[in-house]
Amino acid sequence: MSRNLLELTDIHVSYGRAEVLHGISLAMRPGSIVTVIGANGAGKTTLLNAVMGVIPSTGAILYDGVPVPRSVEARVAAGLCLVPEKRELFSSMTVEDNIELGGFLRSASERGETREELYARFPRLAERRKQLAGTLSGGERQMLALARALMSRPRLLLLDEPSLGLAPKIVADILNIVSELRKTGVAILLVEQNARAALEIADEGYLVELGEVRRSGPAAELAVDPALMESYLGAHS
Amino acid sequence: MMANKHLMPGIAAIALLAVFPLLPVPPFWITLANNIGLASLVAIGLVLLTGVGGLTSFGQAAFCGFGAYTTAVLTTAYGFSPWVTLPLSLLVGGAVAVPLGLMTVRLSGHYLPLGTIAWGLAIYYLYGRIELLGRYDGITGIPPLNIAGYPFLSGQSIFYVIWVFVILTAIGAQNLLDSRTGRGIRALRGGGQAAEAFGVNIVRAKLIVFIFAAIVAALSGWLYAHMQRSVNSTPFGLNMGIEYMLMAVVGGSGYIWGAIFGSAFVLIVKEILQRVMPELVGTGINVEMVVFGVLLVAILQLARNGLWPMVARLMPMKGQLSIPTSVRKLAKRTLAPAGSPLIKVDRARKAFGGLVAVSDVSFEVKAGQIVGLIGPNGAGKSTTFNLITGIASLTSGSVSYQGQPLTGNSPREIAKHGIARTFQHAKILPDMSVLENVALGAHLRGSAGVLRSFLRLDREEEATLLAEAAYQLDRVGLGQYRDRPAGDLALGQIRILEIARALAADPTILLLDEPAAGLRHGEKQELANLLNKLRQEGVSVLLVEHDMGFVMGLVDHLVVLDFGTLIAEGRPAEVRRHPAVVAAYLGGVA
Amino acid sequence: MHLDATIATFLIQDGLTNGAVYALLGLAIVLVFSVTRVIFIPQGEFVAYGALTLATLDTGNVPGTPKLLLCFGVAAFLLDLWSWRRDLKVDALVRNVALNLGLPLLIYGAVLYLAPLQLPSVVRVLITVSIIAPMGLYVYRIAYRPLADASVLVLLITSVGVHLAMLGLGLIFFGPEGLRAAPLHDGSFSMGPLLVTAQSVLIYLMTILIMIALYFFFEKTLLGKALRATAVNRLGARLVGVRTQLTGVTAFVLAATIAALSGVLMGPITTIYYDTGFLIGLKGFVAAILGGMGSFPVTAIAAIGVGMVESFASFFASNYKEIIVFGLIVPVLIWLSIGAVHHEEE
Repeated sequence: MSRNLLELTDIHVSYGRAEVLHGISLAMRPGSIVTVIGANGAGKTTLLNAVMGVIPSTGAILYDGVPVPRSVEARVAAGLCLVPEKRELFSSMTVEDNIELGGFLRSASERGETREELYARFPRLAERRKQLAGTLSGGERQMLALARALMSRPRLLLLDEPSLGLAPKIVADILNIVSELRKTGVAILLVEQNARAALEIADEGYLVELGEVRRSGPAAELAVDPALMESYLGAHS
Repeated sequence: MMANKHLMPGIAAIALLAVFPLLPVPPFWITLANNIGLASLVAIGLVLLTGVGGLTSFGQAAFCGFGAYTTAVLTTAYGFSPWVTLPLSLLVGGAVAVPLGLMTVRLSGHYLPLGTIAWGLAIYYLYGRIELLGRYDGITGIPPLNIAGYPFLSGQSIFYVIWVFVILTAIGAQNLLDSRTGRGIRALRGGGQAAEAFGVNIVRAKLIVFIFAAIVAALSGWLYAHMQRSVNSTPFGLNMGIEYMLMAVVGGSGYIWGAIFGSAFVLIVKEILQRVMPELVGTGINVEMVVFGVLLVAILQLARNGLWPMVARLMPMKGQLSIPTSVRKLAKRTLAPAGSPLIKVDRARKAFGGLVAVSDVSFEVKAGQIVGLIGPNGAGKSTTFNLITGIASLTSGSVSYQGQPLTGNSPREIAKHGIARTFQHAKILPDMSVLENVALGAHLRGSAGVLRSFLRLDREEEATLLAEAAYQLDRVGLGQYRDRPAGDLALGQIRILEIARALAADPTILLLDEPAAGLRHGEKQELANLLNKLRQEGVSVLLVEHDMGFVMGLVDHLVVLDFGTLIAEGRPAEVRRHPAVVAAYLGGVA
Repeated sequence: MHLDATIATFLIQDGLTNGAVYALLGLAIVLVFSVTRVIFIPQGEFVAYGALTLATLDTGNVPGTPKLLLCFGVAAFLLDLWSWRRDLKVDALVRNVALNLGLPLLIYGAVLYLAPLQLPSVVRVLITVSIIAPMGLYVYRIAYRPLADASVLVLLITSVGVHLAMLGLGLIFFGPEGLRAAPLHDGSFSMGPLLVTAQSVLIYLMTILIMIALYFFFEKTLLGKALRATAVNRLGARLVGVRTQLTGVTAFVLAATIAALSGVLMGPITTIYYDTGFLIGLKGFVAAILGGMGSFPVTAIAAIGVGMVESFASFFASNYKEIIVFGLIVPVLIWLSIGAVHHEEE
């Protein structure tokens, strides 16, 4: 019996006095893509940040069957990696330095090897390796953010709105890359507001509303659930 | 008269101060008490500057010097009476603060303290080099203060002069904080963005506290000169400046009475270290710098609000403030006739470098309407909102209000038109009461300045403003939380609080930035009811929202953005079925 | 006295020498600020500790600083124990003992043994630096690490507290008398009308060397890049596994090392008292502020400018030297605040 890679039980998060996640539970298998969808402000980003340890939360986060380490850095070392909504690149440093730093916790030889793989996967970044990250276009930045994350050889990639602010054609490219990544064995927890596209590439989906899971199940079933439409476009009235 | 229980500790303290010099205490106790009084004045200024205003200066000792040297020179070389030099000393202190303040208040927070360190040192050296100021020897033979021929020569007699000034200054500073201007100053600490949106001049508010702190420091210097009857540059150096900062930090940021407590604490510890330590360990090792340095760091690490809150907890609580109701009403704007164009956005464009965030968007808000500006994340809603509120400037196109262009206006100027806003990330002052937070919204409806507030001559206007704030709180249904710190409220209540604050500005139009974000279902319903009620009263609303469900049943008109362009507008029911809108929200090709 | 060519070249040389040291200090300030947001006011005390330690070693005596280092280590040890009181792990405890107690004890023992030997000046410099540099680590641990999330303003007030405490410790451990270290090299040579001392050449060389080393560190090593990354984007750095503590400690140790070296360079050309370092450090600050607390090259150039102004001021108006140098901050602030207004309008 294969156990879950990630298991969240009753996760609560508060900002000051305001609780924004009211007990979220979620499970994902190794190598799967799970998407968390829901209207803006539902708490999707907060959930990813809690899993990464960027913000404190209560409840249990089991990673590979054991409680996840406390600090962000230790979680990176354990194989979690977050690509945040705002990408958080090192804008005044070169593309190459950004990628290099993605492998901060790995040895020089491992870094060199992974870097060449990544350049093969993202030829655009290879062309621009001496360019400053701040001068890249939106799509290239997202690629760089992905590449930087992959440098750490994660087992669980947390992607926050990878299509945000990108033109439709580039969104398709990026989501293609995401579904390709699964073949390398990495599991992906994907937060997307582009619900249809996300459900298309995911195995499982969770519809989150107001900090609670409203529906969950196989992605294909969720895609045709009327609750989805309602959550995004409001109730019929 | 109602017995004001919370005044008891104050009255007891004043009574104790009054009899203190008459008690059979050793003379150095009196000297110590005098020094505590002098330091308290400086520390009160620092509390206002640092704790309340979020600015910091290590150069306050130099400002003491301006007060002390002014009176020293004028009384010894020119035969002025000490009482005549009092206003002159304060004037010099205040006047020097103006250019330094002007230079630094626009810069980020750390330039002011760094500037004061360098500038404080330069002035300190200057005191010791100028012939007129007696170089390092200083000036001696300064006459004592006298009233009707009675000279204040003894420590006991000047004690009363010093402490009368301390108490008056503390009360005045407290008055200032409890005023219209004071609310503007207190709002600085939260970044000032909200205050600016309600017409507070941030630069001016910063300058006011900086000059105030300089003037009270000069007052302390003036008193020092006449107590000591001689001055030299030693007490005006950087180390004293740091010591004053320590007093303010020990007392606690933001508490006037904490300043006096902090001064007493630091000076008594210093006295103990200087008198008792050598007896204990033998030789006179100077440990006071080490102790003070460690104390400063420890307080910042362990009790960033200082020790005063712990002391204050032991005192009786302040009762609920009664809000006078039968005062004159504030003037109200006449609302534009329903249906007339209020805000017109015409081909508004905003580019950040090569990225076009808002591309030639045009729409209109008519009086009496609720208009929703919606779109998925990253669609350019917030940028459009910022273009209207003056936070961001247009690349091209225009925004006008009742036909007058708003282009290029600051948030403060836009507020004057009667355009009031809320913030996506609520910007309230958590330590201030709910009522005071709302009263900040009525800033432009009052006029009392620093002096009127300091002398408590602003009470009638202040009562009117607070009554207005209380009325708005009742209107939105938060009346019962009036005296609670705003930080105690839940997120949903804070959003409503922001609306009450905006209403206190007597707006013709409310601009709401994602008012429903993070609210639970019931709270959203209440918010929708409130906005409906406001529309009936004739207030127009433009709200940016991503929650379609919330806006559907509420708005008269919807404007939908995606990728910075307007993709649909019209009645909610029509827009909801628009294929481009469905695609924008759910993705894929509809 | 009139300013003639000889005096002018002499003043220029003097200004360059001091300016080079201020440049080092200014760089350290910018480094610490950009990585940790701490305004590193106590750096002046590290300068004084460095100079006074070297001067004491010159006389063959054991300076007070190793003992002080031991005190810092013990304090850091106790704080670590306290912060781990809930779950104490053996490996963490071993690391704690080694780093906070073992390292200072080792240095203390080595100094006790080495100090009386008549060692060459280069070794004395090395001993000095290895006493002062670890202090950066402990000062960061004791004073700043608990405040990692505090505002720049709170960190600045903290820095002033640390400055005060270290100033007081300097007085306790070195006493109020000034000391002057022996020149690292005695020679001098003439260049045209100018007598150039070996010490000043050494200062130029060291400054250039340190700058090259810093450049290499930040451009070529992963740790250096991590420091830059932290300065650019704190969250981004954490997300790739760079620990805030690691970059903080590195920045502080680097800054303490640079400050100690500055003290070593300054020690032989002027008498250093326990409180002189503060004034020297502040001149580095004037340069760093001119560089907007962010630019390394502007800071270095500004530092040379500060040295020049100081040197010429001491000729024309020696009484007002410090006043002019610290007064320099005023036009700088005016200039920056005009810049800030433009920024707002953009």
